[in-house]
Amino acid sequence: MTESVRRTLADLKPGDRATVATVGGAEALHRRLLDMGLTPGVQVLLQKTAPLGDPLEIHLRGYALTLRLEDARNIGIRS
Amino acid sequence: MSYTFALAGNQNSGKTTLFNQLTGSNQHVGNWPGVTVEQKTGTMIHHHHGNQTHIGLPSIRRRRRRGRDLPEEFTDVNIVDLPGIYSLSPYSMEEIVSRNYIVRDKPDVVINCVDATNLERNLYLTLQLLELGRPTVVALNMMDEVRHRGDAIDIGQMEQALGVPVVAIAARRGEGLDELVRRATETAQSHTLPRKLDICDGAAHKALHAIIHLIEPEARAADIGARYAATKLFEGDAPMMEQLRLPPETRHIVEEILAEMERELDMERAAVMADTRYRFIEKLLAACVVRGADEQGGRSDRIDSVLTHRVLAIPVFLVMMLLVFYLTFGPLGSFLADGFAALVQDGVNLVARALESWGVAEWVRDLMVNGVLTGVGSVLSFLPTILILFLLLSILEDSGYMARAAFLMDKPLRKIGLNGRAFIPMMMGFGCTVPAVMSARSMNTQRDRRFTIMLTPFMSCGAKVPIYALFTRAFFGGQQVLVMSLLYLAGVLAAVVSGLFLKRVVFHGDASPFLMELPKYRLPTARNVGRQLWDKGSDFLKRAFTVIFLATLVVWFLQSFTFSFRAAASVQESMLGSIAGLVAPVFAPAGFGSVPAATAVLTGIMAKESVVSTLAVISGVDAQSTAMLTAIRGVFPSTLSAVSFLVFVLLYMPCVAAFAAMRREMESGRVALATVLSQTGLAWLAATAIYQVGRLLGLG
Repeated sequence: MTESVRRTLADLKPGDRATVATVGGAEALHRRLLDMGLTPGVQVLLQKTAPLGDPLEIHLRGYALTLRLEDARNIGIRS
Repeated sequence: MSYTFALAGNQNSGKTTLFNQLTGSNQHVGNWPGVTVEQKTGTMIHHHHGNQTHIGLPSIRRRRRRGRDLPEEFTDVNIVDLPGIYSLSPYSMEEIVSRNYIVRDKPDVVINCVDATNLERNLYLTLQLLELGRPTVVALNMMDEVRHRGDAIDIGQMEQALGVPVVAIAARRGEGLDELVRRATETAQSHTLPRKLDICDGAAHKALHAIIHLIEPEARAADIGARYAATKLFEGDAPMMEQLRLPPETRHIVEEILAEMERELDMERAAVMADTRYRFIEKLLAACVVRGADEQGGRSDRIDSVLTHRVLAIPVFLVMMLLVFYLTFGPLGSFLADGFAALVQDGVNLVARALESWGVAEWVRDLMVNGVLTGVGSVLSFLPTILILFLLLSILEDSGYMARAAFLMDKPLRKIGLNGRAFIPMMMGFGCTVPAVMSARSMNTQRDRRFTIMLTPFMSCGAKVPIYALFTRAFFGGQQVLVMSLLYLAGVLAAVVSGLFLKRVVFHGDASPFLMELPKYRLPTARNVGRQLWDKGSDFLKRAFTVIFLATLVVWFLQSFTFSFRAAASVQESMLGSIAGLVAPVFAPAGFGSVPAATAVLTGIMAKESVVSTLAVISGVDAQSTAMLTAIRGVFPSTLSAVSFLVFVLLYMPCVAAFAAMRREMESGRVALATVLSQTGLAWLAATAIYQVGRLLGLG
């Protein structure tokens, strides 16, 4: 909650790994991100972006999840 | 004895396969009371002797149906299939329905179906189910894949850690099901509640226990477990706050406790709870699971290196979609559809001859043959098309490709307020609106389903092609390709414009986040695909013999009689003709205010195929003849009025069969009616605008 220049999941490039630091988003989205396993401290791999550049495919907790760039901006990371 | 088991689990956990295996063909599909979430229930009978359990004995079922009681050693079980969910949050209808059902209806056992190849995320729901404090059994599904991958799971250790029975199964092979049922029945008999798990530590632990103590009286009064209630309050769950009716001062203290904890942990409360659960699971897995040499998800990643490849993905996708379209509506599909239609026609003819030989009154014969049989027959001819389409779609869905298709197409469809999953219904709409609308079922929320269904009819369906072909020959010197392309484009344009409008005005705000699992690729099972086909087929037939049947009768009646209830000598004389006469002036501003054109528009509501045949019948010529071209030019005085009519036919309400499908899938007759009326209104506006502007430009 205290980063100055916040990097988010949306800034990753395919093949990049990162650790989730913060999870934002309004109520329903926030909760859904958490429920799908995007909690502070979890390791994620940006597997790829869709051919049209959006959405993203990330790997975490042993499974593959797709989410949109705009939603990914709610997830702060540290590399 | 009779018990109720509730089946809960993530999407893609093999829950449907398990449900189908347990219940066989004894299923019933309905809706959860008060909400529009699909509810599937089924029954199962099983038999124990010694410590053996066997599921489903056909001879017993028959005995049961005859109303006899079951012998001692048999147990009768109702199985309620809860929706596929990832959590018990208050933000989706499916999750609310599930948690309320378990808490209020108190099924004897909750069977939690868990994908054992994806334990970390699957157990997240398990922990929440255990919080509900109801008797629970965990079914570790897909154990065959776990073994195949070279992993090992210590089941005993997991039972220890979770405090409930854990059974290894492989639903698609039928492995472990008897054992699962035996453990579930035991749990039901002994009414064993899950052991209380202490999953949290530190500040979170302190806060949770403080809240449990604080709200205990209110929880007891509301008949909700204090631990479950406290956990939900912890997560900031608004519906639970309502249900407990906490006095303001208690609410205030709860808030204080949580705010204090948030400060201490520097983390927001819902995040603390999710993090706590996941940390518990990580620890549990470290103790129970031994990973083999095989890397995780290797095969799926390899398949995806082609199917969602940066460059190859879109071409591969388009080829697959064209293939689906081609198989459904191309030579194979039309061969089966035509063959089936011919068969139905033979049947109709047979009945017609029989009625004649029995000397049945002519009007009864006409009612039976031209009203009932022909109408229902024409609807029945959709059946092969629907079955082929859903055979292909359920293969795509069960294999895991459908999620990838949504992944690929999400960006363009989002622009008009939809998501990637809307692509399939839209594309199938070019074939036939009926199966297209039915395929919208795969969309996750009602908003998305309704939104998609509203736009689907704008994709010009196959039955309109003969209309376009006839008019092209009559007015555009056979510029078939150009005219058709323009019409199809106009339909897509209407969908885009309507989408943008609906997004702003009707569906703003509550779009569900597009957060979707990309499941591992798996071979579809014949059993699940067959089940899908059966469901879709029987669902369609049910409608064919109710709504569509009724509509057919009404049209036949209007077409055959005059308002003084005498047999009409021609269509013009009939009630339909008279109504068309009344309606016709409405179309005058659009340039086709004649009675024959209005009649064709009306019969087109029955089926788009009728537009051409109606025009032919009224003009008294054969639809295929050149005289037909002259007749058409007589009905439509100018090319401009013909264009206007074509645009109207392109956009106005779809046929009755499609309407019936819309009503079913939108789960509201009112919404479906409003949709088709708006479409007709839009069609009239577009046609009128074209005609009037054209006239101003001197084209008319």
